Amino acid sequence: MSESTTIWVIIIAMGLGSFGLRFLFLGVIGDREMPEWVLRHLRYTAVAVLPGLVAPLVLWPAATGGQPDPARLSAALVTLGVGYLTKNVLAAIFSGAAALFLGLYFL
Amino acid sequence: MASYWDRSNFWRGFRDGLPFVLVVGPFGMLFGVVATEAGLPLVQVMSFSIVVIAGAAQFTALQLMADNAPTLVVIASALAVNLRMAMYSASMTPHLGALPAWRRALVAYSLVDQSYALSVMEYEKRPEMTLAQKTSYFAGAIAPVLPNWYLATLVGALVGQSIPDSFALDFAVPITFLAMIGPMLRTKAHVAAAVVSVICALLFAFLPWNLGLIVAGIAGMMTGAFVELRTENKDMA
Repeated sequence: MSESTTIWVIIIAMGLGSFGLRFLFLGVIGDREMPEWVLRHLRYTAVAVLPGLVAPLVLWPAATGGQPDPARLSAALVTLGVGYLTKNVLAAIFSGAAALFLGLYFL
Repeated sequence: MASYWDRSNFWRGFRDGLPFVLVVGPFGMLFGVVATEAGLPLVQVMSFSIVVIAGAAQFTALQLMADNAPTLVVIASALAVNLRMAMYSASMTPHLGALPAWRRALVAYSLVDQSYALSVMEYEKRPEMTLAQKTSYFAGAIAPVLPNWYLATLVGALVGQSIPDSFALDFAVPITFLAMIGPMLRTKAHVAAAVVSVICALLFAFLPWNLGLIVAGIAGMMTGAFVELRTENKDMA
């Protein structure tokens, strides 16, 4: 198999696989009723996945070779705090970005 | 044919999705640059971003390909990074599962971190939304993001030189996710789920194929459900 063919195989398999994962429940279950205990778990999907996704990126940023970085840590705290207090995603993003650049400059 | 078009919800979704252009832009561009530098021709770089639309998985694949990992390992690892999409799909099903199959397929194709997080936040905030309103909001939220993901990849592939490190673009992704997590922490159950998720993700970060995140996700969901049930019982007592 040539290198180009191999890459095509990877692209197509990843495309089909990613779509399969995204379609898994939407496609198979559709509008059938799900039991209450399943729904109860699903209500927490977002808060159970996103913080876990972010935590290692905050604590061990690749840009610093995995070393905890005060500028990034404080930016993360500011973003989370502003988002929690104001419930405003945009305000949180801009405060976090401002904290990051201030931190990189001064810390 | 039923109509799923609701103008005001589409545009509200669009407005909420717009800031994420600032994130997908640099991220997509970075992928274009790195993939081109790794020697992929333009058509393959673009196919990656159009067929897969998952930055983290795409970077994983590139990295492993550069390390000459066996093809099967590349595919399996990159898909493992995307396992969280199956959780998103399950979480969207009570809201959008009643759509016709081809529309559900479209939703599935465009189910990414941003469109998922925005929509689930909106659906929880306004439980009275109809199917048409929910569908239009989702479509609106993804509308500014997806084209810019393709476009940014193209620009990155064509420009082909690194973005200066001083922009600290690596942190654009964590910041937008953190900004979305803040408003989601509405109850004790949500906070507990998030805390357990963080602890587990850090504890199990050593697991291969990003499986630590899946452990964190399942543990977090169980925690949320458990605390919710306990709070309810206490209220009834």
